[in-house]
Amino acid sequence: MLEQLDLTQLIFGRLSWDAIPLHEPVIVATFVVVAIGGVALLGALTYYRVWGYLWKEWFTSIDHKKIGIMYMVLGLVMLLRGFADAIMMRIQQAWAFGDATGYLPPDHYDQIFTAHGVIMIFFVAMPLITGIMNYIIPLQIGARDVAFPFLNNFSFWMTASGAALVMASLFIGEFAKTGWLAYPPLSGIMESPGVGVDYYLWALQIAGVGTLLSGINLLVTIVKMRAPGMNLMKMPVFTWTSLCTNVLIVAAFPVLTAVLGMLLLDRYLGTAFFTNDLGGNVMMYINLIWIWGHPEVYILILPAFGIFSEVVSTYSGKRLFGYASMVYATVVITVLSYMVWLHHFFTMGSGASVNSFFGITTMIISIPTGAKIFNWLFTMYRGRIRFEVPMLWTIGFIITFVIGGMTGVLLAVPPADFVLHNSLFLVAHFHNVIIGGVLFGLFAGITYWYPKAFGYKLDPFWGKMSFWFWTIGFYFAFMPLYVLGLMGVTRRMSQFEEDAAMQFWFQVAAFGAFLIALGILFFIVQLVVSHRRRDQLRDTTGDPWDGRTLEWATSSPPPQYNFAFTPRVHDLDAWWQMKQHKYRRPEQGFKAIHMPKNTAAGIILAGISTVLGFALVWHMWLLAGVSFAALLAVAIGHTFNYDRDYHIPAEEVERVEAERTRMLASHV
Amino acid sequence: MVVMSPSGDVAMQQRDLILWATGLMLIVIVPVIIMTLMFAWRYRASNRDAEYSPDWDHSTMLELVIWAVPLLIIIALGAITWVSTHKLDPYRPLDRIDASRPVPEGTEPLVVQVVSLEWKWLFFYPEQGIATVNELAAPVDRPIRFEITSHSNMNSFYIPALAGQIYSMAGMETKLHGVINEPGVYDGFSANYSGAGFSHMRFHFHGLETEADFEDWVEKVRDDGGELSRASYKQLAEPSQKEPVRYYADVDPGLYDAILNRCVDPGTVCMKDMMDHHEPDHDHGSHGN
Repeated sequence: MLEQLDLTQLIFGRLSWDAIPLHEPVIVATFVVVAIGGVALLGALTYYRVWGYLWKEWFTSIDHKKIGIMYMVLGLVMLLRGFADAIMMRIQQAWAFGDATGYLPPDHYDQIFTAHGVIMIFFVAMPLITGIMNYIIPLQIGARDVAFPFLNNFSFWMTASGAALVMASLFIGEFAKTGWLAYPPLSGIMESPGVGVDYYLWALQIAGVGTLLSGINLLVTIVKMRAPGMNLMKMPVFTWTSLCTNVLIVAAFPVLTAVLGMLLLDRYLGTAFFTNDLGGNVMMYINLIWIWGHPEVYILILPAFGIFSEVVSTYSGKRLFGYASMVYATVVITVLSYMVWLHHFFTMGSGASVNSFFGITTMIISIPTGAKIFNWLFTMYRGRIRFEVPMLWTIGFIITFVIGGMTGVLLAVPPADFVLHNSLFLVAHFHNVIIGGVLFGLFAGITYWYPKAFGYKLDPFWGKMSFWFWTIGFYFAFMPLYVLGLMGVTRRMSQFEEDAAMQFWFQVAAFGAFLIALGILFFIVQLVVSHRRRDQLRDTTGDPWDGRTLEWATSSPPPQYNFAFTPRVHDLDAWWQMKQHKYRRPEQGFKAIHMPKNTAAGIILAGISTVLGFALVWHMWLLAGVSFAALLAVAIGHTFNYDRDYHIPAEEVERVEAERTRMLASHV
Repeated sequence: MVVMSPSGDVAMQQRDLILWATGLMLIVIVPVIIMTLMFAWRYRASNRDAEYSPDWDHSTMLELVIWAVPLLIIIALGAITWVSTHKLDPYRPLDRIDASRPVPEGTEPLVVQVVSLEWKWLFFYPEQGIATVNELAAPVDRPIRFEITSHSNMNSFYIPALAGQIYSMAGMETKLHGVINEPGVYDGFSANYSGAGFSHMRFHFHGLETEADFEDWVEKVRDDGGELSRASYKQLAEPSQKEPVRYYADVDPGLYDAILNRCVDPGTVCMKDMMDHHEPDHDHGSHGN
């Protein structure tokens, strides 16, 4: 044994210069751009000496607001990567007909659609949703931070660590070529011996730790830290939907961890959970991954529903219609989301009664969802609707989402699914609900709460441009996919036989993707323009939209401690009610505030995890061993750190609050 | 749009189901879209004529309606789903050739055993003793029973003009029944991504006008066909792309069963001999057998 021990292999595992994809011009060009951009960014950060500031004020911060913003930055950066994948696929599919093979060989194309799915769900939608929840929940329930502030920082960095591994796979080695859920046997060691699936598995395992801990954290925060008077039926709807989402996270993500863990064992230790032979069963993987995967869809959409509820009620200047039924609908969806997973594989040979059962449970979900839509409609009814940008996203959402909902129910009818499953009709459906629901919700939420986080509103002109290009682009990009699905075109194909009618629809879809690209560009323009015009767009009141819930009771941006005095809640729309009763802000009698202290443990642990993941992907056993030991040592070491909290002195609180008093006075 | 105008009775019923379900749902979808636009316009802030009731947030009557309308539609759709899912269960032998003709008494379906390989399709015709790669044929109006498995990766066997798809999985057998009603050449392919050669994993399905035409086709395969033994199967099973049509006249009769039970290699124990098994024909679902 010992004489076979090759030192190079012990250190570098299977990593060699061949792993750098120099033969792929597209990747090399990307790498050059990323490298130049990266060096420029790092240079600028060094030149302006902001490293210390970033480290002290952001990277090690345990303030839920800053962590929330970091999640948003991560999600938006990864959106650019995920979208770059999307537009590459659209170009390839519009091009590769007949003799034209396009510009992406299957080997590359297959990585792209896998990366697109993985990135958009795990590293765009999840961080953006978690970021908004992180920022808003404590403010909405009148708390000073989340229940476990250090864990929050750690969760964020673990998510970022997973994202870093996925990004590394672009330039070192390869990513999985299996589709975003990595079904075995294709993802097994026999069919995919390369590093791609290992990148996928370790990235998701590491990020999964972050997601699960963040779910526990927010769940405890909502359950234990609400302001006095805020009983469950006085919680804002966004907090309610977030509560349900975090319940789903805590119950579903361990299943993902377990199933990916078993696939890891199959790949690394030669077990046979999901192999073709030796008694393995691939159907078990598919059941388990969808037992996580279906609730995951609701993990994403429920907070978006919450955002729309807040937005529609604020801009209609009206109480939310049917609050109680909204809450029950959310809870019903939460429970039912666990009873539908089999509808993702009606075509796998289950009996008619099993298929019918899961088809019908799926349809039942559309009942509470339909009730929600009506509730939003009747909130608008007899309101005074201001068409600010978040309200536009909401109306765009309702119209788009009901179409996606309809095609979803269609797919839930098993015999219909037999002809539509895995087709572009299915692809159109889930983009219809994820873009039209989750993404539109996120854009509504970002625009709505941006002034709260940064102290100035977003420029409405560019916001509207972004909205229109996204919405129209969406219809151009995805309605053709419904048509193509009905033409019998299946998903994940990189080459087509000559067919002019089919190619036309793909070209329309590619055009739509370019409109969406402009929508994304205008969103970025909006951020830049708003930053430059921040003095005109300044919000001095803390309540720029005449809001209804507690986050609007603080200044914009809120002080580090959120609330100098914990508010008392008497009504569902707590802040609205306070305004109605001519609430007066206390201006004296401040006390010192007990706060948690920043710590570098989170970023260090996650950094070591990234190294560990990388080492395991490449079978660098020495590095893996060392980094695992380091991980344990730092984690244990951190438990001996007793210097975890401090008090903001009463004088400091008084100074900050006096500043706010001056701001408010200058406004009137 | 082949899914909307198929040529086989099963796919046709599936098409009708799509139309019915869509129609039912439009009953509620269209009014919602209209109401959204109407309310948004009527209650715009600049319209001071519109009524404004900022505290109106509940109406028991209205909420009953809100829950009842989707509920009623789903009850209707649920009933349709239950009935149609049983009627169009791919495992269920056909009882009609098309809307007006039942399957005549005593008709035996044509049996085709399907194996998905990397990245091509192998079809066994056990009654005719032949096999083909990437070409499938059947006479019009004769029920077909497909027995489907995979060499390794999971694929999905799908001929949109004929009937819905069903997955092919190694070590397991799925079933599909269908009938083609119009002569023609139709596309078939894998509808579940299975790796690099997936895009070209396509074949033609020939719906032949008469039984005699089908006999001619079988003869052609017999005349042009080579040998398909376990050894040549191993060779065929090696990954390859854009595989041409191949015919086999001399087919090892136990081969399909050996593929299904993962014992093509001499000396390997078949899965069915490894485990306690119940009669596979009565076993609905895709258990290893």
